[in-house]
Amino acid sequence: MWSRITPVTRPGSRGYVGGVEGINTRGQVVVKDKEEGGCDGLNSLPSLYIDLCLGSNDTLNVAAHNTLARWYCRGEEGRLKESGDDIAVREPVPAHSVVSPQINNTRAATMTTYFSYPDESLQQELRRIANAITAPGKGILAADESVSTMGKRLSDINVENTDENRRKYRQLLFTTDKAVSEYISGVILFHETVYQKADDGTPFINLIKEKGIIAGIKVDKGVVPLMGSEGESTTQGLDDLSQRCAQYKKDGCDFAKWRCVLKIGKNTPSYESMLENANVLARYASICQMNGLVPIVEPEVLPDGEHDLDRAQKVTETVLAFVYKALNDHHVFLEGTLLKPNMVTAGQSCSKKFKPEEVAKATVVALSRTMPAAVPGVTFLSGGQSEEEASVHLDAINKCTEAKKPWALTFSYGRALQASVLRAWGGKDENVKGGQAELMNRAKANSEAALGKYKWGSCQGYAGDKGLFIKDHAY
Amino acid sequence: MGKRLADIGVENTEDNRRKYRQLLFTTNKELGNYISGVILFHETLYQKSDDGRPFVNLIKQLGIIPGIKVDKGVVPLMGSEGESTTQGLDDLSQRCAQYKKDGCDFAKWRCVLKVGKNTPSYQSMLENANVLARYASICQMNGIVPIVEPEVLMDGNHDLERAQKVTETVLAFTYKALNDHHVFLEGTLLKPNMVLAGQECPTKYTPHQAAQATVLALSRTVPAAVPGICFLSGGQSEEEATIHLDAINKCTAGRKPWSLTFSYGRALQASTLKAWKGKDVKAGQAELLKRAKANGAASMGKYVAGSVAGTAGDAGLFVKNHQY
Repeated sequence: MWSRITPVTRPGSRGYVGGVEGINTRGQVVVKDKEEGGCDGLNSLPSLYIDLCLGSNDTLNVAAHNTLARWYCRGEEGRLKESGDDIAVREPVPAHSVVSPQINNTRAATMTTYFSYPDESLQQELRRIANAITAPGKGILAADESVSTMGKRLSDINVENTDENRRKYRQLLFTTDKAVSEYISGVILFHETVYQKADDGTPFINLIKEKGIIAGIKVDKGVVPLMGSEGESTTQGLDDLSQRCAQYKKDGCDFAKWRCVLKIGKNTPSYESMLENANVLARYASICQMNGLVPIVEPEVLPDGEHDLDRAQKVTETVLAFVYKALNDHHVFLEGTLLKPNMVTAGQSCSKKFKPEEVAKATVVALSRTMPAAVPGVTFLSGGQSEEEASVHLDAINKCTEAKKPWALTFSYGRALQASVLRAWGGKDENVKGGQAELMNRAKANSEAALGKYKWGSCQGYAGDKGLFIKDHAY
Repeated sequence: MGKRLADIGVENTEDNRRKYRQLLFTTNKELGNYISGVILFHETLYQKSDDGRPFVNLIKQLGIIPGIKVDKGVVPLMGSEGESTTQGLDDLSQRCAQYKKDGCDFAKWRCVLKVGKNTPSYQSMLENANVLARYASICQMNGIVPIVEPEVLMDGNHDLERAQKVTETVLAFTYKALNDHHVFLEGTLLKPNMVLAGQECPTKYTPHQAAQATVLALSRTVPAAVPGICFLSGGQSEEEATIHLDAINKCTAGRKPWSLTFSYGRALQASTLKAWKGKDVKAGQAELLKRAKANGAASMGKYVAGSVAGTAGDAGLFVKNHQY
């Protein structure tokens, strides 16, 4: 969309964008929409203000001054390119979102309570998706393994890591009988999978949606180290995230996932790492919501280490407090988000073993102390747990009465839903049905666990009870 | 207290204050059905009734838990636009220990934030949240439950939505600070403002709207671990405060895992004072009981609007820039 700059030079003068009136306070320029004649009203288009840093009496002629200007709107920045009279501005935001004008920095620091809630239709859309994902007895299949991670899974069953094999494997998952949608409400995909098709040419996205399952997309671009820290990281992927989200939404996804990683050590997680990871999660969440995607917020505290349950609980509580403060600072609409945390478990190398009831209590108490009731639900990650461990723990959490639990408590399992599937399949076409049966079984077990109705040990998986722990799991 | 007494033509002497509090604490035992706790001022904790019985004993005999205000009032924040923090941390631990010995089981500390063009500022939210967290931490060390009160004043012409955003932001700062200071949330209470438009806002909102804004704001910021929320009444009249509390308890706009009840000063005592006028104890006590019962019902979403008419009528109890 091309926009034409209408210069308004004096502070106090008024301009319009799509019917929304704005006042210039500092010799700013108001961008005028070319289609301005057909404005839809207040919610149709955002207001854009271009801060050209002019003095209050300057005469504006952008082309003549050859001035590069920046425009701001929520989370986005762009440059004006001079080209004669018409000046092209990159399409900033989709019609959906509400944008607040960026006010110059000195005043913004004092006015921290000025922001907008998302408009009503966006609120409803996000709530609908988040509530559907956390419907009673349902949870998420995390099938978003990256190419390299999928490579590890396939090599475990002696299958070569080719495009075709990855496609075949995901096809196994998505051609499972429709009944699986009684247990699975959503599936997280990796980028490549969104655009793959079944043997008969049906796009995977269609297979998923035909079953009434919601498609989600992993949007982060992996961890990067934090300079000066003791082996800590943040997660990257914010660049062009808004455009990517808009595209994924068009292509059928309704939620997204972004994983941050924190590690328990003698001096970690550090203040820097908790602050930074919480902030990047909040930026991701904000961008997703602008594009109608429900963000799943994943601040994983790794189970690596020798720490006991108590330490794990303290770290988890502190991390989650940082996360929810950051989400508030960034005005994320909590009712349209989900949390994907670790369960609170002792470190993998901890000499003491803890019972599922103890894990459940630590987990539920930690969440009750940090997660606002407005969040519709928690979709736990399984971390290094075996399939059965993950089901048992989820069940114990749902049975636990040690704290108030106003949110749904369900699963978003990758390894803990697929270990047996992979083993049963082994890469062979004739074993597809066997693999699908494993998926159905374990999905059902987790569905029961999400209702606090799972009978421990009643689901025997092909992978047995082998721990699925991978040291320092990077992805 | 001087202002309250002046309103009913009674002189502000220690004995009159004692007499008034005596009226409250010698009310019929039925009061204990609706009132679970009473917040006292330091002087009152050590006063006695005419026949020599310590007030704190009278209170306990009613089955009510005594609490104590421990802050030492607001002080200005340099550089801010008329904003403040609250002082009182010096020797707070020893004071709490003493109060606990003397029969108090909970404490209260009030911070004040104002909605204006540029306020509340980051400085003010950060500072008030931090001082509340320090107070809470010190209380808990001494076995006292801290009531955390970050009051967003009703002064101003802002609308309901702005009030909601400010309240959400203030509460987020508050709970981050409580977490930073390792306060045991299950042993705290929150005493927030209800979310209401400013006193001078031209738009009037229904109790249902106010309730919805309040419940949403709390559901987005107050962790489930907090056992309960006891609203302050601010400048609301007695009936307004009861109706709003009732609407909040009836509201289904958001999840409410904590109890939602009252911690009312003016909104429980306006009619009591008016009926007493320094003379008629029984009349004053009858008013107190009536209003307490009404709020008890409201805290369960069972109040019938207008069913309790108080002597103070519906007079707004708003005091501009309420200092204490």
